[in-house]
Amino acid sequence: MDYEVIIGLEVHAQLLTESKIFCTCSTTFGASPNTHTCPVCLGMPGVLPVLNKKVVEFALKLALATNCKIASFSQFARKNYFYPDLPKGYQISQYELPIAEHGWIEIEVNGERKKIGITRIHMEEDAGKLVHDELKPVSYVDFNRTGVPLLEIVSEPDIRSSDEAVAYLKNLRDIVRYLGICDGNMEEGSFRCDANISLRPVGQAEFGTRTELKNMNSFRHVQRALDYEIKRQKSLLLEGKEIVQETRLWDESSGKTLGMRGKEEANDYRYFPDPDLVPIRVDSDWIQKVRETLPELPDEKRARFLSEYHLPAYDAEVLTTSKDLADYFEECVKVYPQPKKVSNWIMAELMRELNRDNRDITECPVSPKNLGILLSMIDDGTISGKIAKTVFAEMYKTGKDPKSIVEEKGLVQVTDRGEISKVIDEVLSENPNQVKEYKEGKTKLLGFFVGQVMKKTRGKANPKLVNEILREKLG
Amino acid sequence: MKITREEVEHVARLARLKFGEEEVEMFTKQLNEILLYMEKLNELDTSEVPPTFHAMEKENAFRSDEVGSSLELKKVLDNAPEDNGESFVVPKIF
Repeated sequence: MDYEVIIGLEVHAQLLTESKIFCTCSTTFGASPNTHTCPVCLGMPGVLPVLNKKVVEFALKLALATNCKIASFSQFARKNYFYPDLPKGYQISQYELPIAEHGWIEIEVNGERKKIGITRIHMEEDAGKLVHDELKPVSYVDFNRTGVPLLEIVSEPDIRSSDEAVAYLKNLRDIVRYLGICDGNMEEGSFRCDANISLRPVGQAEFGTRTELKNMNSFRHVQRALDYEIKRQKSLLLEGKEIVQETRLWDESSGKTLGMRGKEEANDYRYFPDPDLVPIRVDSDWIQKVRETLPELPDEKRARFLSEYHLPAYDAEVLTTSKDLADYFEECVKVYPQPKKVSNWIMAELMRELNRDNRDITECPVSPKNLGILLSMIDDGTISGKIAKTVFAEMYKTGKDPKSIVEEKGLVQVTDRGEISKVIDEVLSENPNQVKEYKEGKTKLLGFFVGQVMKKTRGKANPKLVNEILREKLG
Repeated sequence: MKITREEVEHVARLARLKFGEEEVEMFTKQLNEILLYMEKLNELDTSEVPPTFHAMEKENAFRSDEVGSSLELKKVLDNAPEDNGESFVVPKIF
């Protein structure tokens, strides 16, 4: 029997505010444990949480960017459960009246575009961090993360494969980064994903029993965990067995999803409106103001890169994954207006260096202007394309501009016909046998002569002239 | 009876509380008395009244995104049953 895969994703995006969602403690990552806490985020009795306005603004930005309907009236709720990382015994979240609902984003898989629905976006606070002792049966609780603002983005069960799931996640990650509301780092946990997944026989309307997957800290983990879970559920169903509705953790080392033990108590969060927090009213003026601050979004930018720069789809996709990379490209094109050549250099030379050093484009030692100048120097014949790569390596290493590197290292291309002729004569007289063979018809040897000339000039001879003069001389 | 023994036991489990037989009996009785009292409110027809989420009519109480001072670590840990000088120490969950 053939099965259809049904996936829905829940994403938690940690927001880039300075202070926490309901108190003035800092959100800075990496402080020593419990030094960014106060009576409010520690859940002491008698305190009053007050909502950080920026959290609402960030939520509105994301709602607009994902085509959601923004609620004019929204309320916080208490989600009750007991766990040591939750000092109050409840998490302040939203339940009945989330800030935004009914949106969508578009994804592209294998050249096909598809809309993935967004059920809801709501605001909530993060929980603390538990560190388990290796030897003793105790855990250490750090409440610095407690109260850091999150947006939870829940997708519709519209996703049909692990490829679509990763495409959706990457697209959403690009959007939050473009908006500047979240750094989108899955490895560091500022952009987290849980997946609900079930299978149903093709043609069946009802969904099958689902499992919830957690602990996937990269796009690769998400892909592998979903693929594993699809296989696992499929083989159970084919054997006529039932799927147990449960939470399963992805274990990267074994490449398996493992059922969580001891969670026999079904979730029963007993939500109710939080009486400490007054409702949020968003009017059209506020929405309009936020709309005006929206940057060009990844999809729009991608489309513009295709039409304005006539780039191939792949190039446009890669260059717009981050706003900083897209900006770099556009700065470079301003100096050297040949988009495809710029794109080639960025995607090949530049990205290779950056990836090797695990550097972001914002930390690139080569400025976009200098890269543009380097490319112009190839076109105007100052240097050859081959030498340009040497110059580029030096620019990346030192951050210097290409002109001074070319001058310092004496890399200016030799374009003087007489000078090149002289070197060619030397090469020909040193290799009489090859000359003879060439004249007898072994014209492939032209490459050999070019190589010899380049060797003698340390790559500086203009290759076009070398070819031309060689042909003349060899007749 | 609105509230059953099973419900009391369920809520107790969610709250990580353990009760003896007599206590479960007592809480079941007490919770039912409280709910019975609340039943009084159901005598009113509220079908035309929108749900109230807050006692006050105020909306949009915000603070700006500014960092203030946090609590001194010593004070943070003052109420901890157990600590190691920087973190709260709790029994291991998993």
